Amino acid sequence: MRTDFVAREVFTGLRRNVTMTIAMVLTTAISLGLVGTGLLAVRTIDRTEQLYSDRVEVQVALTSDVSAADTDCAQAVCTALRSKLEALPQVESVRYENQQQAYERYLQLFKGQALADLVRPQSLPSTLRVRLNDQETGAQAVRQATTGQVGVRNVIDQREVVARLFDFLGGVRDVTFGLAVVQAIAALLLISNTVQVSAFTRRTEVGVMRLVGATRWYTQLPFLIEAVVTGVVGALIAVGGLVVGKFLFIDQLLSGIVSNGVVPPVEVADIIWVSPILVMIGAAIASVTGYATLRLYVRL
Amino acid sequence: MPGVGRVAVSSPVVIRLEHVTKLYKTSTRPALDGVSVTIDRGEFVFLIGPSGSGKSTFLRLLLREDVPTKGDIYVSDLNVAKLPRRRVPRLRQRIGCVFQDFRLLTNKTVGGNVAFALEVIGKSQSTVRKVVPEVLDLVGLAGKADRMPHELSGGEQQRVAIARAFVNRPLVLLADEPTGNLDPDTSQDIMLLLERINRTGTTVLMATHDHSIVDSMRRRVVELDMGQVVRDESRGVYGVGR
Ligand SMILES: Nc1ncnc2c1ncn2[C@@H]1O[C@H](COP(=O)(O)OP(=O)(O)O)[C@@H](O)[C@H]1O
Ligand SMILES: [Mg+2]
Repeated sequence: MRTDFVAREVFTGLRRNVTMTIAMVLTTAISLGLVGTGLLAVRTIDRTEQLYSDRVEVQVALTSDVSAADTDCAQAVCTALRSKLEALPQVESVRYENQQQAYERYLQLFKGQALADLVRPQSLPSTLRVRLNDQETGAQAVRQATTGQVGVRNVIDQREVVARLFDFLGGVRDVTFGLAVVQAIAALLLISNTVQVSAFTRRTEVGVMRLVGATRWYTQLPFLIEAVVTGVVGALIAVGGLVVGKFLFIDQLLSGIVSNGVVPPVEVADIIWVSPILVMIGAAIASVTGYATLRLYVRL
Repeated sequence: MPGVGRVAVSSPVVIRLEHVTKLYKTSTRPALDGVSVTIDRGEFVFLIGPSGSGKSTFLRLLLREDVPTKGDIYVSDLNVAKLPRRRVPRLRQRIGCVFQDFRLLTNKTVGGNVAFALEVIGKSQSTVRKVVPEVLDLVGLAGKADRMPHELSGGEQQRVAIARAFVNRPLVLLADEPTGNLDPDTSQDIMLLLERINRTGTTVLMATHDHSIVDSMRRRVVELDMGQVVRDESRGVYGVGR
C-alpha cells in the first residue's frame, strides 16, 4: 500500500469539492455537537443523582413549641418519634437538627444574599432528618409513621424537589438527542452525496485504476478516507464548540444552581471525556455511509 | 489448432476462448456467437470485422469488464469468467490495454500518467522512478515526461497510453482501434511501436478495421462478422468484399 499516494488522492479529492467538504464538515459538527450536549446532560444527570442519593433525606419538621424547647431531642415527644422512626426497616439513620443548627445551615446556603438577614433561629423548625436505605418505599413509610403524631408539623420529601430537576435535565437530553438524530440524517445524506459527486468527478482516474488492475483498496480507500476525515474534523469542531459553549452559555446558565451545589458543574474534563466518543461516532458514521454509498450507488 | 496436444508444462497458450457467446440484455442478436479462438504467447493478432461485429466485446470479455453468457475464457492460467471479484485485479495486471480515445489523465504529466499505473498497483517509488523513463524511452517519448497530454500530438498521446499499458510488462497487450483517431503516417508509427513491443515477447491483440494496416503487416487475422469467427488465418490480409 502506497500511503503517500492515497494521501495525495484524498487531499486532491477534498480540495476539488471544497464547498461540499465544508458543508459536510459543518453539518457533521452540528450533529456531533448536539450528541455531545446530550451526553453531557446524561453525565450531569448521573452526577446529580449520585449527589442526591447521598444527600437526600426525608425531613420530619417538628412543631414550633417542641422545636423551641428541645435542643438535643431529649424530651419525650421527640425521643418517641425518633425511636418510632428508627424501628422502621427502611430507615438507615435518624439525625436531629435543632433550630440553631438549622439556622447555621441556612446562613451557609444563602450566604451573601439578602434572604440570610431576614431569618431568625426561632422561625426555623427543628427537624428529624431521616436517611433511608430503601428510597422506593421509605418516604411513604416515614410519612405514615409520623403524620398526625403529636409534635410533628409536616414531612418534607426532598426527592420531590429533585425529581423536577431531573425532569428538566432529562428533557434537555431528549431534545438534544432528537435534534442530533435529525442533523445526523442530514450529515449522512451529505456524506453520501459527496462521495457520489467525488466518484463522478474522478471517474476517469478510477476507470484507469481499474483497467491497470488496482485493487479495491486503491480505488475505494481514498473516498472512504475522505469521508472519515470530514467526520473526524467535524467531531473536532464539535468538541471546540462544546468548550466554547461551556464558557459562554452553560456556565452562565447554571451558575446559580451550581454554586448552591444543586447541580454539579460541567467541567472541561467532562468535555474531554466526551470528545473521543464524538470522534469515534463521527468516523464510524462517515465510514459506514461512505462504504454503503460505494457499494450501492457507485460502480467502481 | 496451435497448442492442442502439447503437454502444458509451460503452456504457450495465453488466450483461449471456448464457444463463447455474449448476449447483451438489451439486444436480441448475440454480440458474440459461439466464438472459439486460441492465441499463443508472442503472437501478433488482428481482430477485424465491420463495426458492430463484436470486436470490442471480445476484448471486454478478456478484461472481465463483462462476463460471457455462455462458454469459457482463459487468460494464461486464469479462468476469466469464473474469477472471483477480488482476483480481477490480478488478471488486469497481466493485461495492458489501449483505446482509440487514449484515456489519459489530463491533469497529470506524461510521466505522471505512466507512473499512475504503477502507483495504483502498489509499486514502490524507486521502481517508478527507474521504470517510467525506460518505458518512455522505448515508446520514443524520452525528454517529454514533464509535458501535459494536451501539449502532445494525437500520435504522441497514443504513445503515452501504450507506455502506460506496457510499463508493468503485461503478458498481453490489447488494443481497441488504437489508430482510429490518427492519420495514416502516424498510424504506421504506432504500428511499428506495437511491433517492437511484440518483439519483447508480449502477445498483441489489436482490434481494427483499417485495411491498409492489416494488409501491410501480414500477421494473423481473426475476422468476426455478426459475432461469429468467419476467418482465422496466419499472415492474412483484410480481404476486401470477402
Ligand atoms: N453495453 C452494450 N449493451 C448492449 N449492446 C451492446 C453493448 N455493447 C455492444 N453492444 C452491441 O453488441 C454488438 C457488438 O458490439 P461491439 O463489440 O462494440 O462491436 P465492434 O467493436 O466490432 O464495433 C453491437 O450490435 C452492439 O450494438
Ligand atoms: Mg468497437
